[in-house]
Amino acid sequence: MKTKFQVGGVIPSRKFVATNVSLFLYNAAVWNAHRIHYDERYTVNVENHAGIVVDGPLQGDWLTQIAVDWMGEDGVLKEFEYTNRIASFVDEQLEGGGEIIESTDQIVRLRLFLKNQRGQITTPGSALFDLI
Amino acid sequence: MGQLISEDMRSWIGRSAPSIDLEISRRDIIKYSIATEQTQKRFLAGDIAPPMFLFGADRPVTPLEDLNSDGLGKDVLTPPLPLKRVMAGGIKQRFFQQIKAGDSLTIERKITDIYEKKGRTGPLIFVVYLISVLNQESNLVMEITQSRINR
Repeated sequence: MKTKFQVGGVIPSRKFVATNVSLFLYNAAVWNAHRIHYDERYTVNVENHAGIVVDGPLQGDWLTQIAVDWMGEDGVLKEFEYTNRIASFVDEQLEGGGEIIESTDQIVRLRLFLKNQRGQITTPGSALFDLI
Repeated sequence: MGQLISEDMRSWIGRSAPSIDLEISRRDIIKYSIATEQTQKRFLAGDIAPPMFLFGADRPVTPLEDLNSDGLGKDVLTPPLPLKRVMAGGIKQRFFQQIKAGDSLTIERKITDIYEKKGRTGPLIFVVYLISVLNQESNLVMEITQSRINR
């Protein structure tokens, strides 16, 4: 088994910030007109959020990047899951990372997370790879 | 628990939406990859779709006048729930084949569960969808279990 895949091994972290512009482009790409992603007055006054909300699935995508960028050509993503626990807002910096929680000759399983600057995990997740 | 969900609402479990045919365009993959800040060339060049590229592909594309005041479209698979504010919940995806530019896919979607939970700020209703993505040979490309939270 490659040293890279030892249980407990830490996945390199990456910082993410959704800006008004990147959030607009993301919601255009996925055809999502929900006003909590661009209309601040509506978001705060009607849906009672603290600010423009970063899409949960965008945070899920960031977790996949933490995983697949680290894995590179050594494996193929077979399963991925995440849950949005705490809302995140535009211009808020999130840090993604993870660790190896299971490793055999055939598979590697990662625990993944995004956390906010208060150290709260906003989006936990996991990924399962088949090794090539 | 469960007082918010009536028998009528529960009868939506098992209902499915009309399937959606989808042609995967390189330009759409590139747009998605830029917006999500992908780093891998195969995604940024539009050759291969990133794992979550199909999120929202099952979303109904409706005329503007059919959008609700929150901006979301009316979905045939939206049960009439007493909690109206919607948030994305979690997703579980299983991948069987990579999705590439030029692929012709079909998306099928059905409701598999509706349940209530107590959240930090009040009751929540979870609606769980199973989304199956098939290729032209009717082979499963991807399976997505997705929950939407009403609060």
